[in-house]
Amino acid sequence: MADPMKIRAQLQGDLADVKILIFHPMETGLRKDGVTGQIVPAHFIQTLIATHNGKTALEAQWSMAVSKNPFLHFRVRGAKPGDKIMVGWVDNRGGKASIETTLG
Amino acid sequence: MRRSALRAFAAFMAAALLRPLQSLAGGWNKTAFDAKAVADALKGIGVATTENGDKIAFKAPEIAENGAIVPLEITCEIPGTRAIYILVDKNPQPLTAVFEFDNGAEAFVATRIKMAESSSVRVIAKAGGKFYATMRDVKVTIGGCGA
Repeated sequence: MADPMKIRAQLQGDLADVKILIFHPMETGLRKDGVTGQIVPAHFIQTLIATHNGKTALEAQWSMAVSKNPFLHFRVRGAKPGDKIMVGWVDNRGGKASIETTLG
Repeated sequence: MRRSALRAFAAFMAAALLRPLQSLAGGWNKTAFDAKAVADALKGIGVATTENGDKIAFKAPEIAENGAIVPLEITCEIPGTRAIYILVDKNPQPLTAVFEFDNGAEAFVATRIKMAESSSVRVIAKAGGKFYATMRDVKVTIGGCGA
């Protein structure tokens, strides 16, 4: 199975610039399956958290209107080499994944 | 003996990594996200009145070719910004995303959203207990909510 998430965190001075790409269908629950004609049930990330050395930096709540394979770019001040950035999410079916990276 | 110790350690690490996720699992504002009218969505996130959002730098395309992937970039220059909310007026449920900042996170976010049709997109920032709002019209060539 492919990686559920990719992360790229760059240190610019004391600013951690973080980009993530999450592989998730983000189904709206409004789409009809082309073959069966049935509505594809909603399946989307609802909550996401990003931490910097274990402290919460970003908490996000999403609707099904965030694009499929969500992209997210955020920044955290006060970062230095060796610091850890973790990003995790939970979807409406209880599915979850997380990724961690160390700042260079 | 060593293998089971390693397995226990791995389980501990996995749990430690996922612990912050557990605290969020319940924190999804269903009332606000389910709201079909902008006014109800705003009420759901606690917005009563908004001030001028001139200090919110909100980048969005004038015309989005594909409504399924509309890139947005928001930088809020209001000091002490704690949260940013994104609403798409003409989506079936306008509230699209909520971002809350703490512990040095900048009031900056870029992401991609779905728009059902051409619509106003609102960005609301929460700072110092007040809400600031700005909006842009984004035209959509092909709607992005359903097939």
